[in-house]
Amino acid sequence: MTLLNFFISGISLGSIYAIIALGYTMVYGIAKMLNFAHGDVIMVGAYVCFYAVSRFQLPVLAGVALAMFVCTLLGIIVEKLAYKPLRQAPSLAVLITAIGVSYFLQNTALLMWSSNPKVFPSVVGRGAVKLFEGQLSISHVTIITIVTCVVIMLCLTWFTGNTRMGKAMRACSEDKGAAQLMGINVNATISMTFAIGSGLAAVAGVLLCSAYPMLMPTTGSLPGIKAFTAAVFGGIGSIPGALLGGLLLGVIEIFAKAYISSQLSDAVVFAVLIVVLLVKPAGLLGVQMTEKV
Amino acid sequence: MKKFFAFVAAAALVMTAGCAFGANAFKLGGTGPLTGGAAIYGNAAKNGAQIAVDEINASDSKVKFELLYEDDTHDAEKAVNAYNALKDWGMQISMGSVTSKPCEATAAENFSDRIFALTPSASAVAVTAGKDNVFQMCFVDPNQGSASAQYISDKALGKKIAIIWKNDDVYSTGIHETFISKAKELGLEVVSDMTFADGNDTDFSVQLTDAKDKGAELVFLPMYYQPASLILAQAAAVDYAPKWFGVDGMDGILTMEGFDKSLAEGVILLTPFNADAKDIRTINFVREYKKRFGEVPNQFAADSYDCVYAYKQALENSQATADMDAETLCAKMIEQFTSMTFNGLTGSNMTWSKGGEVTKDPKGMIIKNGAYVGLD
Repeated sequence: MTLLNFFISGISLGSIYAIIALGYTMVYGIAKMLNFAHGDVIMVGAYVCFYAVSRFQLPVLAGVALAMFVCTLLGIIVEKLAYKPLRQAPSLAVLITAIGVSYFLQNTALLMWSSNPKVFPSVVGRGAVKLFEGQLSISHVTIITIVTCVVIMLCLTWFTGNTRMGKAMRACSEDKGAAQLMGINVNATISMTFAIGSGLAAVAGVLLCSAYPMLMPTTGSLPGIKAFTAAVFGGIGSIPGALLGGLLLGVIEIFAKAYISSQLSDAVVFAVLIVVLLVKPAGLLGVQMTEKV
Repeated sequence: MKKFFAFVAAAALVMTAGCAFGANAFKLGGTGPLTGGAAIYGNAAKNGAQIAVDEINASDSKVKFELLYEDDTHDAEKAVNAYNALKDWGMQISMGSVTSKPCEATAAENFSDRIFALTPSASAVAVTAGKDNVFQMCFVDPNQGSASAQYISDKALGKKIAIIWKNDDVYSTGIHETFISKAKELGLEVVSDMTFADGNDTDFSVQLTDAKDKGAELVFLPMYYQPASLILAQAAAVDYAPKWFGVDGMDGILTMEGFDKSLAEGVILLTPFNADAKDIRTINFVREYKKRFGEVPNQFAADSYDCVYAYKQALENSQATADMDAETLCAKMIEQFTSMTFNGLTGSNMTWSKGGEVTKDPKGMIIKNGAYVGLD
């Protein structure tokens, strides 16, 4: 039973990683860039929702919607100002810019909202489903996070597979130059990708802070790094891979903490990652690209 | 122009302050964060010291003080500038700095300038290490561990103990180490010893399950209040209700915005000062502080109040006079502080080691109905 409880803790932690990883993988898959500021957009989303719900007494769904709106806008602005001018630059320059944006967002948040931690209101309630006479408990947040994850994953898969915009995104991902020749507006498509990714970040922020109700300007950065790892683990660029990678990472982390050592849990997680990448360099569900020379 | 006026105003202030007691007053200076994120600590220390100085100056005591606090915004470099400003003012004895990092910097200056320092609240080991003239009024970090174990054993709060600590934080690891060794000595059984670090400080289900399964009656949390609040929330979610025991980093949990205070119900923490204590000196101090500043004083205010009185006692004992220079006073103070016993708000029978660390009894506090209540 303890084992099962740990498994559920792992799933609940993993589902948070997964929902953040979806945003990472989506942007990487299409724009081919690592948006390290993703974790900080999550933090902004959580703050917006926090102020909407606990200061202005808005209903929860309105708070989430507002957070999504603000983050989408933020994503588009950041993309316009920071990434678009670097479209032709080497990917290293874009990566460094993303890290810069991450610091910028963190420090702006520090100025605006101070470093005092805030306790996030329970937007989905703190209750839990009890099974087997209370020996096993699954919190509502976990259930909602997993459901949201799956729904988002299905929507994204459908969106990229079936809509005109989605097809344009896949085209850009395969070959920007060729896509442009085919009459696709590459810039608009990439902006759209960022808008969607940042909107997802807002949802992830609200769920992250509902599960672990502590909100600070650095809240998003470490889970962001872990989620990035999860995305690589599952195969970066692959949408179902992000979900699988996130869940696995969470479960491994909790099991390592419980059965190996609480001091070494992160070391174990990353050791597993290294082994997986040695055996399958593209990640669990990633597709190996063969380049013709 | 603004700067010029500020200068004139400051000069006028210093002159009037200087005239008040003539040559009889000792010039006492300190730095602390009076603005910025840590301002709550600096202002508390300044206010506490000011009350003590005013009380002493109004009494018939031979020793009188002039107090000057400079702002360091919790920044080591600014603290050294503030310290230099105090030296120019003619500081004879020093209150060091309020917070640890700046105090490490000013303590080095105190040491090379031979100006004696007694910091109210900078608790890091590095503040006093290797300096014969820098002393602390607060516990040095690791001592909190042994004091906590002693308290748990004395009050029989529990035999089986779980610890959750942060292994990438010097404050937490220091307390953890001394707690473990003291617990062993006292026959307390540490059944669960689990840790976390910056990257995995959100999910505590494993640590809590371990503590619960091994039957811990008390969980010791040597950490700051941010992760502690998550631990309390997650324990409540799985209906685990042991006794919780924290250290001074726990102070602040009740003022966190949006925190559900019922989660902290029954949390015990060790702090040197209890504003609810019934002795006459504490009652007077708390009343005066409330009257002047409109809030209940915290341990920083009490520590710094004690600093001024400890100085008074040491200066009287050594028959120092205010016309002595800083170096002469320094030698006298070192001699006094290593030999005298002092009774203050934050403890009775305090003594200091040659290294500058204080020995005193901590006081237990428990959180009841969303407020601190003294245990003793």
